[in-house]
Amino acid sequence: MSEPTRPATGEHSAISPLSIHDLTVAYHRRPVLWDIDYDAPAGKLVAIVGPNGSGKTTLIKACLELVPRASGEVRFFGQPYRQVRHRVGYVPQRESVDWEFPINALQVVEMGLYRQIGWFRRIRKQHREQAMEALKRVGMAEFATRQISQLSGGQQQRVFLARALVQDADIYLMDEPFVGVDAATERAIVQLLRELRARGKTALVVHHDLQTVPEYFDHVLLLNMRLVAQGPVSEVFTEENLRRTYGGKLALLDRVGQKMVQGGGA
Amino acid sequence: MIGEAARLLSDWSTVDTWIVLIAALAAMACALPGVYLLLRRQSMLGDALSHTVLPGIVLAFLASQSLRSVGWLDSRTLHAAQHAILFGGALISGLLTALLTQWVQRRGRVEASAALGVVYTSLFALGLLLLRLWADNVHIDPDCVLFGAVENIVISAEQRASVAWFTATVLGLNLLLMLLFYKELRISTFDPALATSLGIPAQWMQLGLVAVTAATLVTAFEIVGSILVVAMLIVPAATARLCTDRLGTMIAMSLAVAAASAVLGHAAALTLPALIFQPLGFDEVRDANTAGMMAVAAGGLLVLAALLSPRYGWISRALHQMRLSIRIAAEDLLGRLYRQAEEQSRPQEAEVIDHLGQPLLIRWLAAQGLKRKGYVRRVQGHWLLTDRGHQAAARVVRAHRLWESYLAAHQQELPDDQLHFSAHRAEHFIDRNLQAELAKELQRPAQDPHGRDIPGENGNGGS
Repeated sequence: MSEPTRPATGEHSAISPLSIHDLTVAYHRRPVLWDIDYDAPAGKLVAIVGPNGSGKTTLIKACLELVPRASGEVRFFGQPYRQVRHRVGYVPQRESVDWEFPINALQVVEMGLYRQIGWFRRIRKQHREQAMEALKRVGMAEFATRQISQLSGGQQQRVFLARALVQDADIYLMDEPFVGVDAATERAIVQLLRELRARGKTALVVHHDLQTVPEYFDHVLLLNMRLVAQGPVSEVFTEENLRRTYGGKLALLDRVGQKMVQGGGA
Repeated sequence: MIGEAARLLSDWSTVDTWIVLIAALAAMACALPGVYLLLRRQSMLGDALSHTVLPGIVLAFLASQSLRSVGWLDSRTLHAAQHAILFGGALISGLLTALLTQWVQRRGRVEASAALGVVYTSLFALGLLLLRLWADNVHIDPDCVLFGAVENIVISAEQRASVAWFTATVLGLNLLLMLLFYKELRISTFDPALATSLGIPAQWMQLGLVAVTAATLVTAFEIVGSILVVAMLIVPAATARLCTDRLGTMIAMSLAVAAASAVLGHAAALTLPALIFQPLGFDEVRDANTAGMMAVAAGGLLVLAALLSPRYGWISRALHQMRLSIRIAAEDLLGRLYRQAEEQSRPQEAEVIDHLGQPLLIRWLAAQGLKRKGYVRRVQGHWLLTDRGHQAAARVVRAHRLWESYLAAHQQELPDDQLHFSAHRAEHFIDRNLQAELAKELQRPAQDPHGRDIPGENGNGGS
């Protein structure tokens, strides 16, 4: 059984846009991600694939320090996340926010600039223009002043992408951008991902549709509470690996997790 | 009735002005954090905080008493210092509420509202216990706690000025904080995960909001009471939300609603009880509690907004629905006339059009509208299409027949009569762009599945 996931020495390349070392994340002491060891390839589009509950969203959130890590280390471009926030763009799941919020599309995109604008400072004309530019790139310029609840699911997703674009990051972490979007939006997202890649950016995208993985992505990361396999799609995206990812063998891992909860007395 | 009300209001004095001023300041101060609580769907937190600040208040009160007894504070500075100490006590209880709730939620693995319920009742009980233990030292009048005592405050000129200044300061501070943290509050309310990933810790913003809310609540307590303060927190924000889709406008409007409810509430407190009860023979009923009437006034404004708001209001929705019905009826009429004209030139199987239960009034309005636009004219009791009307009608029929063709091509299992019914509904929502797309996808069909000609894009002949 080949294990392309583990570097022989445990050394991580300092220039990797994202390098995860021995990451374990637990909710209520029950590990949901075990010993993830991963170096993202620079300038590639990477699909994160795995069944429901396999920890895909948790992996992204742990990298961004949105959920506490039980152990392990994450570095972006060789540095801790806090020091390189400006080089990392994040697209949360569309369902994670309240689309009834009183705000229009342009104002949502402006949020991508908040870190750059800084505390207490106001949003200026140049920021608005930048946000507008990003909306144009996702084909949403005409909806700039539209209240976000009036947008379709696909349009909302494009607004989210524009918000990430405006950050002008070097690596993007996207949580299910393809869920619930129309065919036109799906094409627009793929187009956008390719543009990002052409500009040397890296994107890690949580993806559900196994059929489109070979078409849309260069690399794949197969996840089911642990890293099952990772590497170029042509090598790693095999039936065997998919069976290992989606198959029932993980029951054991889950049972050990249960034991840890009981043993921990929580 | 109006004359009577005017007579009652003609007794308006400086005291009334002070009452309205103080009440308005307090209500506006509450409305600001209320906007964010509402948008975060945490209105319950406001209610909880209004109770959990009690132990903080009691402890702060006791602290200030003992400071006086050891001689650190003389009774002259006590009054000023008391406010600050009460403030601190409330802040601490407020933060404790938020942190305990998070802790219970995590440890007890229950949902946020359940955790809040546990913490809120426990802290309130603790407050009552403290009150009971040291009841001798704390003079708290239950009526005052529940309903506020703005009427009592304004009796003394010195006290009313100091309360007004203090409330104005709290309002000013809230305004300042909301302006300074406008961006940060907005992003941490809308998308906490992104905010945190950008280095704007959403959790700290939440704690800040809780602290501001708690401090504002204690300020408003003595004015509007602990129950009605919840109305001041949430109702202006909810009213404003109905009227606008912009956050800045919503904040400004909630301030206006808060101020208006103070004015209307006090005016109502002076007039309504007399107007309602005296004719019923209850002569002794002269006026009502201002805070209570403020809550009623705010509620009234909310109902008004629910009726009249441009987007969410019942009336505008009903009007929108009616305009849509008229348009559909007009398009149905155009379609019918087009088909009639078509049959006369080349008789074929008639398409059955029902009115979909459109009321006579709607049909009449639709016909009048078409006449005004010059689409139809009436000749010897019959409607006839003009040239322009013919073009407009052709577009409707084109939409209908394109849609039928599209459905026929894609849903073989649908029976023909259902095809027609579906198209009859859909034709009103298929604009020119969609028509062009349908035509393109179907490779510009000349006829629909029933063998009838599909009018061209410009309304004449086949395409």
